[in-house]
Amino acid sequence: MIASVILPLIAGLLCFLFNRRTFIIALAATLANFLIASFLLYQFLIFGPMRCYIGGWQPPLGITLRTDGPALLMLLITAVTGFAVTLYARGYFSHRISDPVRVGRHQRQQRYFWPLWMLLLAGLNGLFLSGDIFNLYVTLEIIGISAASLAALSGKPASQRASFRYLLISLLGSLTYLLGVVFLYRSCGVLDLDLLRNFAVNGSGMHAALTLLTIGLLLKTALVPLHFWLPPAHANALAPVSVILSALVVKGSFYLLFRFWFETFASIVTTQALNFLGTLGAIAILWGAIQAIRQQRLKLMVAYSTVSQLGYLFIAFPLSKAAEGAQVWAIVIFMALTHACAKSAMFMAAGNIYLHLGHDRIKDLSGVRASLPITVFAYGIAGVSLMGLPPSGAFIAKWMLLSSSFASSQWWWPLVIVTGSLLAMVYVFRVMSRFFVILETDTLKNPVPLSPLLEWPALILALISLFLGLLAPWPLHILSRGSMTLAQTFPGGLP
Amino acid sequence: MITTLLYSLTGLILFAMGLFTLIIHSHPLRKILAVNVMATGIFLILVATAYIPLGQGEVDPVPHAMVLTGIVVSVSVTALALIMACRVQETSNLAILKGKKKVKNTQETET
Amino acid sequence: MNHGQLLLIAILLSSFIPGIIIFFLPEEKHRLRTLLNLCGSIVKISLILVMNAGIYYGHVFEIRVPLIPGVELLLNGDPLSALFATLSSVLWLLTTIYAVGYLEGSPNRSHFFGYFSLCVTVTIGIALAGNLVTFLLFYEMLTLSTYPLVIHRGTEKSLRAGRNYLIYAFSGGAVFLVAVVWLQTIVGPVDFSAAGFSPSYLDSHGPVLALIFVLLIIGVGVKAALVPLHGWLPQAMVAPAPVSALLHAVAVVKAGAFGIIRIVLDVFGAQNLILLGVLPLLGGIATITILYGSFRALQQDDLKRRLAFSTISQVSYIALGMSMVDQPLAVIGGLVHLVHQGLMKITLFFCAGNLAETLGIHRISEMSGVARRMPLTMAAFSIGALGMIGIPPTVGFVSKWYLGLGGLAGGNWWLLLVLVISSLMNGWYFLPILVRAWFGKQQGPWPEEMYSGRYETKLMLLVPPLVTAFIVLAAGLIANAQISPLAWVRFIVRGYGL
Repeated sequence: MIASVILPLIAGLLCFLFNRRTFIIALAATLANFLIASFLLYQFLIFGPMRCYIGGWQPPLGITLRTDGPALLMLLITAVTGFAVTLYARGYFSHRISDPVRVGRHQRQQRYFWPLWMLLLAGLNGLFLSGDIFNLYVTLEIIGISAASLAALSGKPASQRASFRYLLISLLGSLTYLLGVVFLYRSCGVLDLDLLRNFAVNGSGMHAALTLLTIGLLLKTALVPLHFWLPPAHANALAPVSVILSALVVKGSFYLLFRFWFETFASIVTTQALNFLGTLGAIAILWGAIQAIRQQRLKLMVAYSTVSQLGYLFIAFPLSKAAEGAQVWAIVIFMALTHACAKSAMFMAAGNIYLHLGHDRIKDLSGVRASLPITVFAYGIAGVSLMGLPPSGAFIAKWMLLSSSFASSQWWWPLVIVTGSLLAMVYVFRVMSRFFVILETDTLKNPVPLSPLLEWPALILALISLFLGLLAPWPLHILSRGSMTLAQTFPGGLP
Repeated sequence: MITTLLYSLTGLILFAMGLFTLIIHSHPLRKILAVNVMATGIFLILVATAYIPLGQGEVDPVPHAMVLTGIVVSVSVTALALIMACRVQETSNLAILKGKKKVKNTQETET
Repeated sequence: MNHGQLLLIAILLSSFIPGIIIFFLPEEKHRLRTLLNLCGSIVKISLILVMNAGIYYGHVFEIRVPLIPGVELLLNGDPLSALFATLSSVLWLLTTIYAVGYLEGSPNRSHFFGYFSLCVTVTIGIALAGNLVTFLLFYEMLTLSTYPLVIHRGTEKSLRAGRNYLIYAFSGGAVFLVAVVWLQTIVGPVDFSAAGFSPSYLDSHGPVLALIFVLLIIGVGVKAALVPLHGWLPQAMVAPAPVSALLHAVAVVKAGAFGIIRIVLDVFGAQNLILLGVLPLLGGIATITILYGSFRALQQDDLKRRLAFSTISQVSYIALGMSMVDQPLAVIGGLVHLVHQGLMKITLFFCAGNLAETLGIHRISEMSGVARRMPLTMAAFSIGALGMIGIPPTVGFVSKWYLGLGGLAGGNWWLLLVLVISSLMNGWYFLPILVRAWFGKQQGPWPEEMYSGRYETKLMLLVPPLVTAFIVLAAGLIANAQISPLAWVRFIVRGYGL
């Protein structure tokens, strides 16, 4: 388990030291990461949930890593998407460097991209595996620092401003989270997530702590109305960075939020609070979608689409309460997995179009279908998954959302969900139809063909998100496997 | 008990002041300093949590560990934030410079 | 996995695999493309005929793929699926031949035929769907695979038509999804083979179930072009003629009508619907659509638009038949009209496409005397038109006859009235075309003479309408025989115990 965290860290160091072979190192690291994640999953299926005490120190002094169903699924999807992003980034930087104008800038960007990305990956793995609440703070900070630096890589003035704001917001979120941790520690005296569950009784201290934790994580997850930093940061970043930010980083803090509300502090959350979060999620869906429709630039549109899709994750809050056992996580896991793959594919497609045409103004995107068929396909399939059409994973999530709202007679959620899907259709197909316009003359600025590394990861990720629904029994099985009774403990930090 | 309460309250007030400044003031340096003040406030609360009056037992090491970690994080983050603030300044200066230069050029050609 | 399951998968793959391969073919390889298409369709037809034989003798063809608890994908071959699948695959073969001829020399043909094949795969999927979830899946995929076909020309008009189509279709799909989930929360998973849920639910949830029925009908009604959800159809005429033929006769509109049939017969079941009392509503909407469609058709001068409104009107005969579900004769009429209307409408669209491609004729006013120039095409057109009006011995007469008998048996005089009025209106908007074409004098040169050769037009454009016109006549003549569509429909209705 430690290897998940240590490996990318080492890889990042190596990337920083060896400038020549960064891609090989990074590729090896992400591949190994994927293998480790699969191995952990395999172990989980046999043994059940596991804990690992680093260095043999027991809590509350030591740091524990633990695996269970949701954590492993998030780890796995991070590994898969990470691998695809690595390939894509390689293609992206090669393409950029082959352009003789501004070679120096692109080489510098490439030099710093790889170590930072490895650091981010280490942070993400750590976040999903951590078992105590302070370690989570550390991983959140690692993620925040590397994400903000990655966002600033592109060097444009707009991105500098956006990433500075992102850093400050991220810091504010982490500090609020830390204050929540402090309150918790004062009330309970423990930091371990499992032990905290026993202490979760109703009391003003606990409520205050949970509120602070929530606000901190909401800032990082960009829920409306705290979402204002996200579109500029994601849209102005380099294409591979946008993919990482939208698909992975926001998922990390959301995952924590869900875990806190539904596992650690499950006994003290109130229905009003759940409904409040759900309402914010509904507003996010509608507002994000409307803003996405209004955008003139493709990357901004995709960024606002992220804001909208995150709303779906929050609508699951009031509706998951009715489920028990494994089903609690099911909706958000399906939604998160689908969104990670589909949003990556979409940002990759947007990046490809930018490389190909030299701009991303939506109204001038005509005729791309003929020159970039695979990218257009990837975009279309990703858009279809985001809309929640069958058989994507989002459809499964939508089905479960709808069915639990009908079962609990909360009629307004289906309306929001359906409207959200239709609005998503509008902004996806607004761009799609421009792709299909047949141009009279061939006015392509950059006829250099895009390498397969740029197009195929997008298509494959999009296909994964589309067919995730068909694979639905497996995540469900993983989620229902293992419960709170721990099967194995590994003192001394194995594997 | 009183000591703990006093220090904790001070920490909270510091946090609130930092928050206020972060939101209201627009100068980047002010914001960075505000974040630092907020962090310091939290550390103060943590140290207060660890306080045990003399002779009543061992000092609690966990909050101290947290504070140390927090300080390290705070330092590195402040460094990053400062560099970013400089870059923001530079690039917006550059943009203004370019814009001004353009304006000057057109003015010259017009006259 | 037994033979039945393999057969079902093979049926679906027989057009899916050629479609994927065609996407990757370079533009110039049109021979290979045509070969793949034709092979795929011939294989598919043969496999479907094998399946039909199996269904007739009581074989079970079923594939279940569980997704989440309570939701599973189910492919099931039952007599109704056999009907729709056979219709789609046979017509697909003919449309492919026609499309190859029609699109000769136009750009992006690889993509076109790729989407074409995907569209047929999805339609067969709709035919084989065994529960509402699977139906919904293929239904939404149908919208997706037909959208690129509608906007194929890439002009502003096409894009607008495509956008409209998407808005209508996905809104309908969303309503359908909500209704399906709602229904499932109340009565549990709905398999079509159960032919309706237990009537005990009606006592506790009667009004809710009625509402769900209305929502389901709205959901499929968009594709079936029930008024007032028909707005996308006339605009979609901007697509090339093979696409219009496909949309109207084979895939989209038929899928909507098929959905109505499934909802009435298999989701709710005849008994429940009679008890719920929503059938008059369906009958009313169908009647309005029939009359409105014919009325608007009268006003059109553009040939394809007139045919579009005629489709809107004619497909509602199926809905009308379904609304009389207590009268087996009416159900037979509605079901068999699914097949018959497909045959007739595709003939008409093929001929309209011929006129446009060969002579540049788009409007009826330009059609004077065209029968002298293109006698075979106009002969096929005339047979199709006469079938629409309901003149024996065409198949159109057979379906209207059964509908009429059903109306008589139930004492529903208004049904007969509707039939008579609509047939008169059909005559009113079809006969002048025929008169003008056969007996009119050619006024000036044709708009754009694009073809001159041994036959009146390209062989690939000429043969399909002749084949379908022949079937229109033949199926009507042998309607009482063992192998006619009517016999199969009787077999279906017997299976439901009506």
